[in-house]
Amino acid sequence: MLKINDLKVNYGGIKAVKGISLEVAEGSIVTLIGANGAGKSTTLRTISGLIRPASGQVEFMGENITGLDPSSIVSRGITLVPEGRRIFPDMTVLENLKIGAYLRHDDLNEDIEWVYDLFPRLKERHWQLGGTLSGGEQQMLAVGRALMSRPRLMMMDEPSLGLAPLVVKDIFSIIREINKKGVTILLIEQNANMALQTADWAYVMETGTITMHGSGAELLADERVKEAYLGKRTTQAQPQQ
Amino acid sequence: MNRTKLSYKDYQNDKKTNYAIGAILIVALLGGIWLLEQTIAPTHIVFSILKKGAIYSLVAVSMNLLNGFTGLFSLGQAGFMLLGAYTYAIFTIPVEMRDSVYQYFDGGIIQFTIPVIAALVLAGLVAAAVAALIGLPVLRLKSDYLAIATLGFAEIIRAIFQWDKLGVLTNGSNVLRKYPTFSSTLYPFLVAGICIALICLLINSSYGRAYKAIRDDEIAAEAMGINLFKHKQQAFMISSFFAGVSGALLAMFQTTVTASTFRVAMTYEILLIVVIGGMGSISGSVIGSFLYIACSEWWLRFLDQTQFINGWQVPLLRTGFRKVVFAVIIMIIVLFFRKGLMGDRELSVSRIRAGLHNLIVWFATLPARIKGAGRRKKRQAGEKTTVTDTAQKTKQEGGADQ
Repeated sequence: MLKINDLKVNYGGIKAVKGISLEVAEGSIVTLIGANGAGKSTTLRTISGLIRPASGQVEFMGENITGLDPSSIVSRGITLVPEGRRIFPDMTVLENLKIGAYLRHDDLNEDIEWVYDLFPRLKERHWQLGGTLSGGEQQMLAVGRALMSRPRLMMMDEPSLGLAPLVVKDIFSIIREINKKGVTILLIEQNANMALQTADWAYVMETGTITMHGSGAELLADERVKEAYLGKRTTQAQPQQ
Repeated sequence: MNRTKLSYKDYQNDKKTNYAIGAILIVALLGGIWLLEQTIAPTHIVFSILKKGAIYSLVAVSMNLLNGFTGLFSLGQAGFMLLGAYTYAIFTIPVEMRDSVYQYFDGGIIQFTIPVIAALVLAGLVAAAVAALIGLPVLRLKSDYLAIATLGFAEIIRAIFQWDKLGVLTNGSNVLRKYPTFSSTLYPFLVAGICIALICLLINSSYGRAYKAIRDDEIAAEAMGINLFKHKQQAFMISSFFAGVSGALLAMFQTTVTASTFRVAMTYEILLIVVIGGMGSISGSVIGSFLYIACSEWWLRFLDQTQFINGWQVPLLRTGFRKVVFAVIIMIIVLFFRKGLMGDRELSVSRIRAGLHNLIVWFATLPARIKGAGRRKKRQAGEKTTVTDTAQKTKQEGGADQ
């Protein structure tokens, strides 16, 4: 569905992404894990058209979408749930959802009902200003808003950021539920454990390049991944001071 | 009834009644003005307050569309009003009057007139067209820089219109006059009212939501597929269009036009109205503008004259003191009432209905509450009951009252 070929992105003189290739199959959940500064967010922002790549290709449903502007990429069915939620604080929950469907010109009621079914909390608070919601509710709103554009591919940038473990669990189960409804998901996470458990396929990114890939279960069992991201306790573990 | 206090939301879904009441209120307002015109001498100051208030409402709402709803801090409003005022005047001065108006420029180069309504629309269109041109470079700037750039633009426009070389069109630094004006107060109310209604429709449409999204978070808005530049340009042009129309109305109100009236101070006045009324509230801007105009032209005039009470001269009152008081008021608002009168809420029919309902309930239950409070006090003073006892008793009483 989505195919990235040797993508390179620079911020001025800094090379953030140094030629990565990856593929997202239709109907799957694919995750991209890695430490801070590995270039994960930059990759997502490039796919959604917010940044222009230096070279390389982004292909979606067989069409080259490299360097298109964000609005035409959204209208092709790729939506980004940005890092840190970024809901609109001075607009009501309902207005936030409607903005998600900005490029659509058909009836929204069905989709609004779907989002309310997924997140009953949002229905309760539909008249409240987005800024007055709690962190978890804001994340729900951000996901709901993205769903309103009827995406074929939903990209999520660290949905677990700053949320309590229980809430993170909820969010991930909803991600699976959305996926079952036929939305392909590309997920960026620091919470490698949760992400790998959820994902069908995973890529590990380090300083601008992809170092490993495999199915979620495979990587979860991989020694190197365990050491780097899962906080593996080795046999000669020394008590930390 | 269980709940005595209602919120405006309780009335919000009753749309038919709301529209009917709204229509009645508008007719009542226009009828009231008409009645006023029949009874009071037309030279009374109240009419000039109402006219100017209506005109300033329109320009304040147009500025609010940019500053309050789209989050673009622009200070070019006086410049766009100037464009509108001049466009209107230039195209409506009757041909036979042109020789006397353009006396230093051989009657000017334009030797035709267009109907008043067409000139009003043209005034807006010229302002919007200039806004489109200026927007190309200027809208790439943010916050303070945008404010400085638009402020500079307004000053440049003023200088250009006073330029001698363009005298055949603008009459240089001389006044334009003898164009058609209005005498009835209803005229600016109708024109401004229609324009403000159009702006309301725009804000409640999906475009309005996009503007608000840009105001709240540009990056998120872009990720939702909103083209930032296109929408900013759109909002800038629409705001300028209505500023142009209000400029034309102001020209009609003043009966003469000179570029020197459209100074930066005028933009500040409008900004002040928007802030007093509340950024992001249309009804706030309207209320603010009538309040501001009434204060500055009428109610606070006495501050500029020396006053005597029983032969004792009140200190400080002299020419210019009004401005000092205004400056203090501005500081108080900015320091303590940053949200203005309305914040970002609107004065809607449902709010008025809920307010009236609560007021009636408040008065109706007043005697009962006074009695209850009296009894409670007596008991507290007389018997030495425990705190929990009293609380329980008052609770029961409260239930009985309802």
